[in-house]
Amino acid sequence: MTIGIEHYVTVSSILFVLGVLGIFLNRKNVITILMSIELILLAVNINLVAFSAFLGDLTGQVFAMFVLTVAAGEAAIGLAILVLYFRDRGTIAVDDVSHMKG
Amino acid sequence: MDPILLIVFLPLLAAIIGGLGNRALGNTAVKVLTTGALFIACALSWPIFLGFVSGQSHEHTVSVLQWVQSGSLKFDWAFRVDTLTAIMLVVVTTVSALVHLYSWGYMDEDPDQPRFFAYLSLFTFAMLMLVTADNLVQMFFGWEGVGLASYLLIGFWFKKPSASAAAIKAFVVNRVGDLGFMLGIFGTFLVFNTVSIPEILVRAPAMAGSTIHFLGGEWDTMTILSILLFIGAMGKSAQLGLHTWLPDAMEGPTPVSALIHAATMVTAGVFMVCRLSPMFQTSPVAMDVVTYVGAATLLFAATIGTTQWDIKRVIAYSTCSQLGYMFVAAGVGAPGAAMFHLFTHAFFKALLFLGAGSVIHAMHHEQDMRFYGGLRKHIPLTFWAMMAGTLAITGVGIVDVVGLAGFYSKDSILEAAYASHSVAGSFGFWMGIIAALLTSFYSWRLMFLTFWGKPRWDQSEHVQHAVHDDHHGHGHAKHDDGTAGYHPHESPLSMLIPLGLLSLGAVIAGLLFHHEFISAGTGHFWQGSVTFSEELIHRMHGVPTWVKWAPFGVMITGLGIAWYGYIANPGFPAKFAGAIKPIYTFVYNKWFFDELYDRIFVRPAFWLGDKFWKLGDIGVIDRFGPNGSAWVVAQGSRLASKLQTGFLYSYALVMLLGLTAAITWVLVH
Repeated sequence: MTIGIEHYVTVSSILFVLGVLGIFLNRKNVITILMSIELILLAVNINLVAFSAFLGDLTGQVFAMFVLTVAAGEAAIGLAILVLYFRDRGTIAVDDVSHMKG
Repeated sequence: MDPILLIVFLPLLAAIIGGLGNRALGNTAVKVLTTGALFIACALSWPIFLGFVSGQSHEHTVSVLQWVQSGSLKFDWAFRVDTLTAIMLVVVTTVSALVHLYSWGYMDEDPDQPRFFAYLSLFTFAMLMLVTADNLVQMFFGWEGVGLASYLLIGFWFKKPSASAAAIKAFVVNRVGDLGFMLGIFGTFLVFNTVSIPEILVRAPAMAGSTIHFLGGEWDTMTILSILLFIGAMGKSAQLGLHTWLPDAMEGPTPVSALIHAATMVTAGVFMVCRLSPMFQTSPVAMDVVTYVGAATLLFAATIGTTQWDIKRVIAYSTCSQLGYMFVAAGVGAPGAAMFHLFTHAFFKALLFLGAGSVIHAMHHEQDMRFYGGLRKHIPLTFWAMMAGTLAITGVGIVDVVGLAGFYSKDSILEAAYASHSVAGSFGFWMGIIAALLTSFYSWRLMFLTFWGKPRWDQSEHVQHAVHDDHHGHGHAKHDDGTAGYHPHESPLSMLIPLGLLSLGAVIAGLLFHHEFISAGTGHFWQGSVTFSEELIHRMHGVPTWVKWAPFGVMITGLGIAWYGYIANPGFPAKFAGAIKPIYTFVYNKWFFDELYDRIFVRPAFWLGDKFWKLGDIGVIDRFGPNGSAWVVAQGSRLASKLQTGFLYSYALVMLLGLTAAITWVLVH
């Protein structure tokens, strides 16, 4: 059995769904949300790299590098926000973060 | 410039400046302004009147400006000056000027004096507008102006619930009469195609006997018009049925009562009937109605007057009763006698009211006669003024020799009623005789209770307050003489001068002018401004001697009964009232008119209003209108706000679902 493009896509879909569910079903911790976002980004990266190799076009891999950079920045800023938020509120439980409620 | 313009517009000017200037001008400035304006108007009015008395003046009309011109409906602002107007001018301006002056003293402690004086002047202006009217619409303007000013003045102390209720009552009851007056004006225009009074009077006799379609039936034109106009007069002049506002009007300050009862307002109805007397003359039925209503009122009001304890209420019912005399005279075809009684009545009724005000002032705002007594020696000047008023109203005088004001006018009315030889006239005559007895009784009862006997002041709360304030901190001396240690004080000069002048009027007004008003061959005095029947005058002079002496006899009888009941045998009235308790209760409660109207009109109106309010307004309009749309918006936004959880993951889910939907839509298409 050769590893085809469909396997890559399957893995990335699974990762993507895990990430999405991690955001929606998670009631505990904001850090988990950040991790889930990382998962989604990685799923996208896998897609980009897989299709890049499959189509013989480097643009996808270059784009994946950009995504990684952005993901790193996002993680840094997200954690920084979290630290400040914890200082301010004393909690980072997701269920307590509902100040936007109308 | 014609003096009539100054007479009418000076009070208006004073009212506007004083009313708008109010506190900015200050008490004294407004008082000087309004009182000055009224005294000038008064000084200008007397020459006009004396001109008519001497026969030098003649009827003329002063046109001010065109008012309405619409199709065939045309009328101007115009002042008609004739004998009738001249009489009213002196009555209105004299009494009003004196009331203004009197108010300087009476209202001295009131915080709102500029407003009060401005209202008084406005009241006078409206009445002057009414009496100088050249057409019915202008008369109606004055008529409504008087109603407005009386509302403002009766409710002057508007913080008192009873005062503002009385003001509303006066206004509403007058509206009922006004409806009749308005229908009368409309009908008159319909029939004569004009509202000009002289033209109507000229053309009225030709319309006698014609019929008109009204309320689904054929009626005699002149009868229906006269009765409609008379309903208006009944409202203003407080005749039986529409009288209920007058006694309640006592809630206003006493000078206002004097003004309403003597000169302005209540005399308007009598004036109107006299002014339109040639028109009323064309309908015997209407004349009878006027007589019967007048006669019924004069007896009815006199009976109530005998039982009341409030000094002002006694005099108020006396006014009601005296107005009945005037209508009887107008109804039997002697408007000259009616106007004469109006003229003399103005003096002694203003005098009695201002005198009562002086007593109230002296007794620290106590109005209940049960708490007076023995005031003769404490306030002698007020006593003598009230005495003059009482002698005048009871009609003291010797037939064919001399008498006080009321003697001439009341006797002439009774003679005219007797001499008219009609059923209505006889009814008016006998009611008048009985009422004269009652008038004498309640007037002397008032005098005896107030000025004679022992002081009974110690039971009065008002006096107790006054004594308590004076003696605060000085310990309490014992007073067993019923005075509670209170010392009534005579009123200031500004109140005594009007009393003096009005006393003079009450004494000599009849003597001076009876020849002009009611003697044979005085057609030159009236100059056709009212119907004047030379023949009736002759018959009046030819009535039997007992008719001439009857008023004098009943006057003495009334005095005797009052003397017996309130001086000689003070326990007697209570015993007598106890013996005829049902009748006494009936009369004391004013024949239960207020209760009756409350049941028939007020409560159903309140019930209907309540239903309209709760079912119509709240139940339908509010429910489906503003409240309904507000409910929809509130529910919608509540639903929308439920979607707004504030949780990040819900937003992300919605975003994802939306994105999926969008992509699906794009792919499917």
